[in-house]
Amino acid sequence: MRRGGRIWAWFWMVLGILYFFLPLFATFWFSLHAKKGVLSFLAYENILRSRAFVYNFSASALWAVLTIVVGVLIFVPTAYVIRLRVPQFRAPVEFITLLPFVTPAIVYVFALVRTFSRPPLLIVDTPELLIAAYTILCMPYMYSAVDTGLRAIDVRTLTEAAQSLGGGWGIILFRVILPNIRVAILSGMFLSFAIVMGEMILAQYLVKPAFAPYMAYLMQQKAYEPAALAVISFALTWASMGIIQFVGRGVPGQAQVAAGH
Amino acid sequence: MPFFAFTFLFLLYPASILGVRSFQDTQTRAFTFKYVAQLLREPYLLGAYWLSIKISIITALGGGVFGFLLAFSAIRGGLPRFMRSSLMTFCGVASNFAGVPLAFAFIALLSPSGVLTGWLSSLGFNPYFYGFTLYTFWGLCIVYMYFQFPLMVLIIAPAIDGLKREWVEAAENLGASSFQYWRYVAFPILLPAMLGAMILLFGNAFGAFATAQALTGGQINLVTIVIGSQLRGDILADPGLGYALALGMVVVMASAIVARTILQRRSERWLR
Repeated sequence: MRRGGRIWAWFWMVLGILYFFLPLFATFWFSLHAKKGVLSFLAYENILRSRAFVYNFSASALWAVLTIVVGVLIFVPTAYVIRLRVPQFRAPVEFITLLPFVTPAIVYVFALVRTFSRPPLLIVDTPELLIAAYTILCMPYMYSAVDTGLRAIDVRTLTEAAQSLGGGWGIILFRVILPNIRVAILSGMFLSFAIVMGEMILAQYLVKPAFAPYMAYLMQQKAYEPAALAVISFALTWASMGIIQFVGRGVPGQAQVAAGH
Repeated sequence: MPFFAFTFLFLLYPASILGVRSFQDTQTRAFTFKYVAQLLREPYLLGAYWLSIKISIITALGGGVFGFLLAFSAIRGGLPRFMRSSLMTFCGVASNFAGVPLAFAFIALLSPSGVLTGWLSSLGFNPYFYGFTLYTFWGLCIVYMYFQFPLMVLIIAPAIDGLKREWVEAAENLGASSFQYWRYVAFPILLPAMLGAMILLFGNAFGAFATAQALTGGQINLVTIVIGSQLRGDILADPGLGYALALGMVVVMASAIVARTILQRRSERWLR
């Protein structure tokens, strides 16, 4: 590569770095100004002390954990059976798992609310619907994580070995297969965690407490506290992605991209 | 199998409801085209689609070009190797960073009392004196770019990796200039991959709701915002129209995906 090329390469990188960090820096800077005239962490103190924050934050964390549990319970057996027994269903199942990826969240929640708000399916108020919706939302990432994990191990041999030792299906799935793909699933889990923690639309329209709608609400009420919240939220995303990178070392995988915009 | 029951109940069935009720009179339940026709007649709703499509195209092009230049610089620009892996990590984070916190980050940066606005006006250039506002079309474009270009970097990086060094050398041996290499070799090979990636970016922006809602407070007439307020019952007396609106979004997304599939077939010829 010629020298001119390298200068341009630096130029674009610097521009990218500025675009990436300036808004974050501004948010952080802003969040330190809750006390007039001095820099302080007052905004963070106010946030962490407020009961509404703890309530909404733990609600989101609870949704995230339940979503992950439901996702593992549904997608691990599915991917396993498809790989082992009915490979001809592979293409349609993959197609279905990718559908949420191309459905705008607002369209999805619109369909959900309209479908489940009249008898006989009057479940629009239940937390179960929110969990189900989150599970659907995370399905593309969860399923592909599980499938990648299964591809890397010898499913058939493991199953036969477990069977000849007298293991039932439950034991095979959750004591043999699951531990073998746990590293692969972890990335799907943390991505799901990040998605659910940052998700606003579903929680807002299904009227459940959650972190992102709380942040949106606070944004209209206060000046400095939402900046602190944005920093916290960014740190969460960052931590999740960092963990994914960390557990994914050495595993051939590709970039993970979520859709929570 | 539980998988099919689950996805049917919570994904396929609601989706089919959307399709059916777009063509069903709310009162009489008879088959009708009136909502779709109304959708195509109402300038307010067509305007919403047009604005959504415009913002998606602009940010897909802008994010696509910038993301490509970044990815290319990091991979083939002769920069230190650690730059590449850190760029990928940053992009993974940034493309997942959207919605309310993103809107707030840009308010802190570029609102009239934002940090960058402050710096610029102390340099004697306050963008707000020149007609710029964060809360309208171009402001939203700038904010959307924040999750658009990292996505482009992530998607296009494998294609750039697939550009073989031998091709540069072969072109140079044949006496090609750098421009000719780009014009006749690299660009035609990368073009389908780039267009395909930009279509994904288009869909990414087209479905975006939370960011725009948080930034403008619903004051901008995007399709997603209109659907959102219809769902809250603010506007559009007839719920049938809401179904048609949502169905229209699905149609746009579906056509984008079809276009991408076609392009992907083309780009796989050279890049594998």
